[in-house]
Amino acid sequence: MLKPIRAAIGCVALGACLVGTGCSNIPEAGFGPRSVHAAVKPEHDRKTAPEFALKDSNGQTVHLADYKGKVVLLDFWATWCGPCKIEIPWFIEFEQQFKDRGFAVLGVSMDEDGWEAVKPYMEDLKINYRILLGNEQVSDIYGGVESLPTTLLIDRQGKIASVHIGLSRGKEEFRDDIDRLLGSSSAGSGRALTALTAAK
Amino acid sequence: MLVLAALSLPLLPQSKGVLSVGPVEKLTIQRGASGEVKITAQLQPGFHVNSNTPSEEYLIPLKLTWAKEPLQAEQVNYPKPQSEKYDFSPTPLSVFSGNFEIVTRFKAPADARNGPAIMNGKLRYQACNNKECLPPRTIEIPVTVEIQ
Repeated sequence: MLKPIRAAIGCVALGACLVGTGCSNIPEAGFGPRSVHAAVKPEHDRKTAPEFALKDSNGQTVHLADYKGKVVLLDFWATWCGPCKIEIPWFIEFEQQFKDRGFAVLGVSMDEDGWEAVKPYMEDLKINYRILLGNEQVSDIYGGVESLPTTLLIDRQGKIASVHIGLSRGKEEFRDDIDRLLGSSSAGSGRALTALTAAK
Repeated sequence: MLVLAALSLPLLPQSKGVLSVGPVEKLTIQRGASGEVKITAQLQPGFHVNSNTPSEEYLIPLKLTWAKEPLQAEQVNYPKPQSEKYDFSPTPLSVFSGNFEIVTRFKAPADARNGPAIMNGKLRYQACNNKECLPPRTIEIPVTVEIQ
Protein backbone atom coordinates (compact mmCIF):
# COMPACT_ATOMS: atom_id res chain seq x y z
CA MET A 1 0.00 0.00 0.00
CA LEU A 2 2.80 2.42 0.81
CA LYS A 3 4.77 3.78 -2.07
CA PRO A 4 8.36 4.94 -2.02
CA ILE A 5 9.12 8.37 -0.67
CA ARG A 6 8.52 11.03 -3.27
CA ALA A 7 9.52 14.04 -1.36
CA ALA A 8 12.37 16.45 -1.24
CA ILE A 9 14.50 16.69 1.84
CA GLY A 10 13.98 19.81 3.81
CA CYS A 11 10.87 21.25 2.14
CA VAL A 12 9.47 22.10 5.49
CA ALA A 13 12.73 23.09 7.10
CA LEU A 14 13.76 25.33 4.23
CA GLY A 15 10.33 26.56 3.33
CA ALA A 16 11.42 26.11 -0.26
CA CYS A 17 8.93 23.70 -1.65
CA LEU A 18 8.74 23.72 -5.41
CA VAL A 19 5.17 24.59 -6.19
CA GLY A 20 3.76 22.64 -9.08
CA THR A 21 6.74 20.38 -9.54
CA GLY A 22 5.62 17.49 -7.43
CA CYS A 23 7.67 18.47 -4.43
CA SER A 24 5.74 17.42 -1.40
CA ASN A 25 4.89 19.42 1.68
CA ILE A 26 6.71 17.07 3.96
CA PRO A 27 10.38 16.15 4.16
CA GLU A 28 11.77 12.84 3.04
CA ALA A 29 11.52 10.19 5.66
CA GLY A 30 14.20 8.16 3.93
CA PHE A 31 16.27 5.45 5.48
CA GLY A 32 18.53 5.28 8.44
CA PRO A 33 17.95 6.32 12.00
CA ARG A 34 17.36 9.99 11.27
CA SER A 35 13.94 10.94 12.45
CA VAL A 36 12.66 14.42 11.66
CA HIS A 37 11.03 16.59 14.29
CA ALA A 38 10.29 19.99 12.88
CA ALA A 39 9.21 22.78 15.17
CA VAL A 40 6.07 24.75 14.42
CA LYS A 41 6.89 26.93 11.42
CA PRO A 42 6.04 30.59 11.16
CA GLU A 43 2.65 31.08 9.49
CA HIS A 44 4.07 32.55 6.29
CA ASP A 45 6.22 29.44 5.73
CA ARG A 46 3.37 26.96 5.98
CA LYS A 47 2.10 25.04 2.95
CA THR A 48 -1.48 23.95 2.46
CA ALA A 49 -2.11 20.37 3.54
CA PRO A 50 -3.22 18.32 0.51
CA GLU A 51 -6.94 17.58 0.47
CA PHE A 52 -8.08 13.95 0.65
CA ALA A 53 -11.23 11.89 0.91
CA LEU A 54 -10.88 8.68 2.92
CA LYS A 55 -13.31 6.29 4.58
CA ASP A 56 -13.50 6.03 8.33
CA SER A 57 -14.27 2.86 10.29
CA ASN A 58 -18.01 3.49 9.90
CA GLY A 59 -17.73 3.71 6.13
CA GLN A 60 -18.22 7.47 6.14
CA THR A 61 -16.16 9.55 3.72
CA VAL A 62 -13.99 12.08 5.49
CA HIS A 63 -12.44 15.09 3.79
CA LEU A 64 -9.62 17.02 5.36
CA ALA A 65 -11.59 20.15 4.43
CA ASP A 66 -14.26 19.03 6.91
CA TYR A 67 -11.78 20.04 9.61
CA LYS A 68 -11.07 23.56 8.37
CA GLY A 69 -11.06 25.86 11.37
CA LYS A 70 -9.67 23.16 13.64
CA VAL A 71 -6.13 22.23 14.52
CA VAL A 72 -5.60 18.70 13.22
CA LEU A 73 -3.02 16.14 14.22
CA LEU A 74 -2.74 13.88 11.17
CA ASP A 75 -0.98 10.64 12.05
CA PHE A 76 0.10 8.13 9.39
CA TRP A 77 0.51 4.81 11.17
CA ALA A 78 0.04 1.03 10.87
CA THR A 79 -0.79 -1.81 13.22
CA TRP A 80 2.61 -3.44 12.56
CA CYS A 81 4.48 -0.28 13.54
CA GLY A 82 5.92 -0.47 17.05
CA PRO A 83 6.82 3.23 17.39
CA CYS A 84 3.26 4.14 16.32
CA LYS A 85 1.95 2.07 19.21
CA ILE A 86 3.87 4.25 21.65
CA GLU A 87 2.43 7.48 20.28
CA ILE A 88 -1.22 6.40 19.97
CA PRO A 89 -1.95 6.71 23.73
CA TRP A 90 -0.59 10.27 23.58
CA PHE A 91 -2.98 11.10 20.77
CA ILE A 92 -5.87 9.56 22.70
CA GLU A 93 -4.98 11.91 25.54
CA PHE A 94 -4.72 14.94 23.24
CA GLU A 95 -8.08 14.17 21.64
CA GLN A 96 -9.65 14.14 25.07
CA GLN A 97 -7.77 17.16 26.36
CA PHE A 98 -8.11 19.51 23.39
CA LYS A 99 -11.22 18.51 21.47
CA ASP A 100 -13.31 21.25 23.06
CA ARG A 101 -10.83 23.86 21.91
CA GLY A 102 -11.15 23.04 18.20
CA PHE A 103 -8.73 20.18 17.90
CA ALA A 104 -9.01 16.75 16.32
CA VAL A 105 -6.76 13.77 15.76
CA LEU A 106 -7.06 11.90 12.45
CA GLY A 107 -5.22 8.60 12.22
CA VAL A 108 -4.54 7.35 8.70
CA SER A 109 -3.82 3.64 8.78
CA MET A 110 -1.54 2.34 6.05
CA ASP A 111 -2.30 -1.31 6.73
CA GLU A 112 -2.51 -3.47 3.62
CA ASP A 113 -5.01 -5.73 5.33
CA GLY A 114 -7.47 -2.90 5.82
CA TRP A 115 -10.16 -2.82 8.47
CA GLU A 116 -9.70 -6.51 9.23
CA ALA A 117 -6.41 -5.61 10.88
CA VAL A 118 -7.28 -2.10 12.00
CA LYS A 119 -10.64 -2.46 13.76
CA PRO A 120 -9.52 -5.01 16.40
CA TYR A 121 -6.44 -2.88 17.04
CA MET A 122 -8.60 0.22 17.52
CA GLU A 123 -10.63 -1.68 20.08
CA ASP A 124 -7.56 -3.04 21.87
CA LEU A 125 -6.02 0.40 22.26
CA LYS A 126 -9.40 2.06 22.90
CA ILE A 127 -8.72 4.68 20.25
CA ASN A 128 -11.09 7.61 20.76
CA TYR A 129 -10.31 9.54 17.59
CA ARG A 130 -11.22 9.02 13.97
CA ILE A 131 -9.27 6.42 12.03
CA LEU A 132 -9.21 6.51 8.24
CA LEU A 133 -7.94 3.89 5.86
CA GLY A 134 -5.08 5.28 3.79
CA ASN A 135 -4.14 4.36 0.24
CA GLU A 136 -1.39 4.97 -2.30
CA GLN A 137 -3.04 8.14 -3.47
CA VAL A 138 -2.98 9.81 -0.10
CA SER A 139 0.56 8.57 0.46
CA ASP A 140 1.52 10.16 -2.88
CA ILE A 141 -0.04 13.53 -2.23
CA TYR A 142 1.69 13.69 1.14
CA GLY A 143 5.03 13.00 -0.50
CA GLY A 144 5.06 9.21 -0.53
CA VAL A 145 4.76 8.65 3.19
CA GLU A 146 6.92 5.65 3.91
CA SER A 147 8.44 5.86 7.35
CA LEU A 148 5.91 5.39 10.09
CA PRO A 149 4.87 7.07 12.21
CA THR A 150 4.68 10.30 10.24
CA THR A 151 2.67 12.95 12.04
CA LEU A 152 1.66 16.38 10.82
CA LEU A 153 0.16 19.23 12.77
CA ILE A 154 -2.21 21.23 10.59
CA ASP A 155 -3.30 24.69 11.66
CA ARG A 156 -6.81 26.15 11.63
CA GLN A 157 -6.25 27.45 8.09
CA GLY A 158 -5.48 23.94 6.82
CA LYS A 159 -1.75 24.55 6.55
CA ILE A 160 1.03 22.23 7.68
CA ALA A 161 2.62 23.73 10.76
CA SER A 162 4.99 20.90 11.67
CA VAL A 163 6.03 17.42 10.64
CA HIS A 164 7.32 14.63 12.86
CA ILE A 165 8.78 11.54 11.24
CA GLY A 166 9.55 8.63 13.50
CA LEU A 167 8.91 8.21 17.19
CA SER A 168 8.75 11.64 18.75
CA ARG A 169 10.99 12.61 21.63
CA GLY A 170 7.97 12.79 23.89
CA LYS A 171 4.36 13.80 24.10
CA GLU A 172 5.18 17.21 25.59
CA GLU A 173 6.73 18.13 22.27
CA PHE A 174 3.37 17.58 20.58
CA ARG A 175 1.37 19.04 23.41
CA ASP A 176 3.23 22.35 23.33
CA ASP A 177 2.88 22.61 19.57
CA ILE A 178 -0.85 21.86 19.74
CA ASP A 179 -1.30 24.38 22.50
CA ARG A 180 0.55 26.98 20.49
CA LEU A 181 -1.56 26.32 17.39
CA LEU A 182 -4.74 26.50 19.41
CA GLY A 183 -3.68 29.96 20.45
CA SER A 184 -2.86 29.45 24.08
CA SER A 185 -0.72 31.97 25.91
CA SER A 186 0.66 29.11 27.96
CA ALA A 187 2.38 27.53 24.93
CA GLY A 188 5.75 26.21 25.88
CA SER A 189 4.91 25.94 29.54
CA GLY A 190 4.76 22.13 29.36
CA ARG A 191 8.23 21.84 27.95
CA ALA A 192 9.53 24.50 30.34
CA LEU A 193 8.02 22.62 33.26
CA THR A 194 9.59 19.38 32.05
CA ALA A 195 12.98 21.05 31.75
CA LEU A 196 12.63 22.58 35.18
CA THR A 197 11.67 19.24 36.69
CA ALA A 198 14.60 17.54 34.99
CA ALA A 199 16.99 20.18 36.27
CA LYS A 200 15.96 19.63 39.89
CA MET B 1 16.88 29.56 -3.85
CA LEU B 2 14.23 27.57 -5.67
CA VAL B 3 16.58 26.76 -8.54
CA LEU B 4 19.22 25.64 -6.07
CA ALA B 5 16.66 23.48 -4.32
CA ALA B 6 15.56 21.98 -7.63
CA LEU B 7 19.11 21.01 -8.45
CA SER B 8 20.06 19.65 -5.09
CA LEU B 9 16.89 17.93 -3.95
CA PRO B 10 15.82 14.62 -5.44
CA LEU B 11 12.35 14.95 -6.91
CA LEU B 12 10.31 11.79 -6.67
CA PRO B 13 13.17 9.39 -5.93
CA GLN B 14 12.36 5.71 -5.71
CA SER B 15 13.32 4.47 -2.29
CA LYS B 16 15.16 1.19 -1.88
CA GLY B 17 14.64 -1.52 0.65
CA VAL B 18 16.97 -1.72 3.60
CA LEU B 19 17.43 -5.47 3.18
CA SER B 20 19.36 -6.96 0.30
CA VAL B 21 20.00 -10.55 -0.70
CA GLY B 22 23.38 -11.68 -2.00
CA PRO B 23 23.91 -13.83 -5.09
CA VAL B 24 22.59 -17.37 -4.67
CA GLU B 25 24.70 -20.28 -5.81
CA LYS B 26 23.36 -22.55 -8.51
CA LEU B 27 21.97 -25.79 -7.14
CA THR B 28 22.80 -29.01 -8.93
CA ILE B 29 20.59 -31.82 -7.77
CA GLN B 30 19.87 -35.42 -8.72
CA ARG B 31 16.30 -36.56 -9.33
CA GLY B 32 14.96 -38.06 -6.12
CA ALA B 33 17.74 -36.47 -4.05
CA SER B 34 17.92 -33.48 -1.70
CA GLY B 35 20.07 -30.37 -1.77
CA GLU B 36 20.40 -27.09 0.09
CA VAL B 37 20.28 -23.45 -0.94
CA LYS B 38 21.67 -20.71 1.25
CA ILE B 39 20.18 -17.21 1.11
CA THR B 40 22.40 -14.50 2.52
CA ALA B 41 20.57 -11.39 3.67
CA GLN B 42 22.14 -8.10 4.63
CA LEU B 43 20.41 -5.32 6.54
CA GLN B 44 21.45 -1.71 6.59
CA PRO B 45 23.07 -0.73 9.90
CA GLY B 46 20.58 0.51 12.46
CA PHE B 47 17.72 -1.53 11.05
CA HIS B 48 16.26 -4.84 12.10
CA VAL B 49 13.55 -7.10 10.74
CA ASN B 50 11.18 -9.14 12.84
CA SER B 51 12.30 -12.74 13.05
CA ASN B 52 10.26 -15.61 11.64
CA THR B 53 8.77 -15.90 15.13
CA PRO B 54 8.05 -12.34 16.30
CA SER B 55 7.53 -11.79 20.00
CA GLU B 56 4.41 -9.69 19.50
CA GLU B 57 1.30 -10.72 17.62
CA TYR B 58 1.02 -7.41 15.75
CA LEU B 59 4.46 -7.71 14.15
CA ILE B 60 4.99 -9.04 10.64
CA PRO B 61 7.34 -12.04 10.53
CA LEU B 62 10.19 -12.59 8.10
CA LYS B 63 9.10 -15.37 5.79
CA LEU B 64 10.79 -17.19 2.93
CA THR B 65 8.41 -19.04 0.63
CA TRP B 66 9.07 -21.07 -2.50
CA ALA B 67 7.15 -22.01 -5.63
CA LYS B 68 5.80 -25.57 -5.69
CA GLU B 69 7.99 -26.63 -8.60
CA PRO B 70 10.30 -27.75 -10.11
CA LEU B 71 11.70 -28.67 -6.66
CA GLN B 72 9.90 -29.25 -3.40
CA ALA B 73 10.98 -27.09 -0.46
CA GLU B 74 11.21 -29.59 2.40
CA GLN B 75 12.42 -27.30 5.15
CA VAL B 76 13.34 -23.66 5.64
CA ASN B 77 15.84 -23.08 8.43
CA TYR B 78 16.03 -19.57 9.81
CA PRO B 79 18.89 -18.43 12.03
CA LYS B 80 18.47 -18.13 15.77
CA PRO B 81 16.82 -14.76 16.40
CA GLN B 82 18.34 -12.06 18.57
CA SER B 83 16.45 -10.61 21.49
CA GLU B 84 16.83 -6.85 21.31
CA LYS B 85 15.35 -3.94 23.22
CA TYR B 86 14.15 -0.87 21.34
CA ASP B 87 12.82 2.54 22.39
CA PHE B 88 9.35 1.68 21.16
CA SER B 89 8.91 -1.61 22.97
CA PRO B 90 8.78 -2.23 26.70
CA THR B 91 10.04 -5.77 26.18
CA PRO B 92 12.83 -7.16 23.96
CA LEU B 93 11.80 -8.18 20.45
CA SER B 94 12.77 -11.25 18.46
CA VAL B 95 14.66 -9.86 15.46
CA PHE B 96 17.35 -10.36 12.86
CA SER B 97 19.90 -7.67 12.11
CA GLY B 98 23.20 -7.31 10.26
CA ASN B 99 23.95 -10.27 8.00
CA PHE B 100 22.11 -13.53 8.35
CA GLU B 101 21.51 -16.73 6.41
CA ILE B 102 18.43 -18.75 5.65
CA VAL B 103 18.94 -22.30 4.43
CA THR B 104 16.32 -24.20 2.47
CA ARG B 105 16.44 -27.94 1.89
CA PHE B 106 14.94 -28.94 -1.45
CA LYS B 107 14.02 -32.30 -2.85
CA ALA B 108 13.92 -33.04 -6.57
CA PRO B 109 10.95 -35.23 -7.39
CA ALA B 110 11.87 -38.57 -8.96
CA ASP B 111 9.89 -37.61 -12.04
CA ALA B 112 11.36 -34.10 -12.36
CA ARG B 113 12.43 -33.10 -15.81
CA ASN B 114 16.20 -33.15 -16.37
CA GLY B 115 17.99 -29.94 -17.23
CA PRO B 116 18.20 -26.31 -16.16
CA ALA B 117 15.32 -24.64 -14.37
CA ILE B 118 14.50 -21.74 -12.09
CA MET B 119 13.18 -22.14 -8.56
CA ASN B 120 11.40 -18.96 -7.50
CA GLY B 121 11.38 -17.78 -3.91
CA LYS B 122 9.94 -14.77 -2.10
CA LEU B 123 11.38 -13.21 1.02
CA ARG B 124 8.88 -11.01 2.85
CA TYR B 125 10.08 -8.79 5.65
CA GLN B 126 9.20 -5.69 7.59
CA ALA B 127 11.99 -3.49 8.88
CA CYS B 128 12.27 -0.85 11.58
CA ASN B 129 14.98 1.07 13.28
CA ASN B 130 14.80 2.38 16.83
CA LYS B 131 12.41 5.18 15.86
CA GLU B 132 10.53 4.34 12.70
CA CYS B 133 9.19 1.48 10.63
CA LEU B 134 9.11 0.84 6.92
CA PRO B 135 6.31 -0.96 5.10
CA PRO B 136 6.52 -4.70 4.47
CA ARG B 137 8.41 -5.63 1.34
CA THR B 138 8.94 -8.76 -0.71
CA ILE B 139 12.16 -9.65 -2.50
CA GLU B 140 11.95 -12.07 -5.41
CA ILE B 141 14.66 -14.74 -5.27
CA PRO B 142 15.14 -16.76 -8.45
CA VAL B 143 17.51 -19.70 -7.95
CA THR B 144 19.10 -21.45 -10.90
CA VAL B 145 18.92 -25.22 -10.60
CA GLU B 146 20.26 -28.06 -12.67
CA ILE B 147 18.31 -31.28 -12.35
CA GLN B 148 20.22 -34.39 -13.33
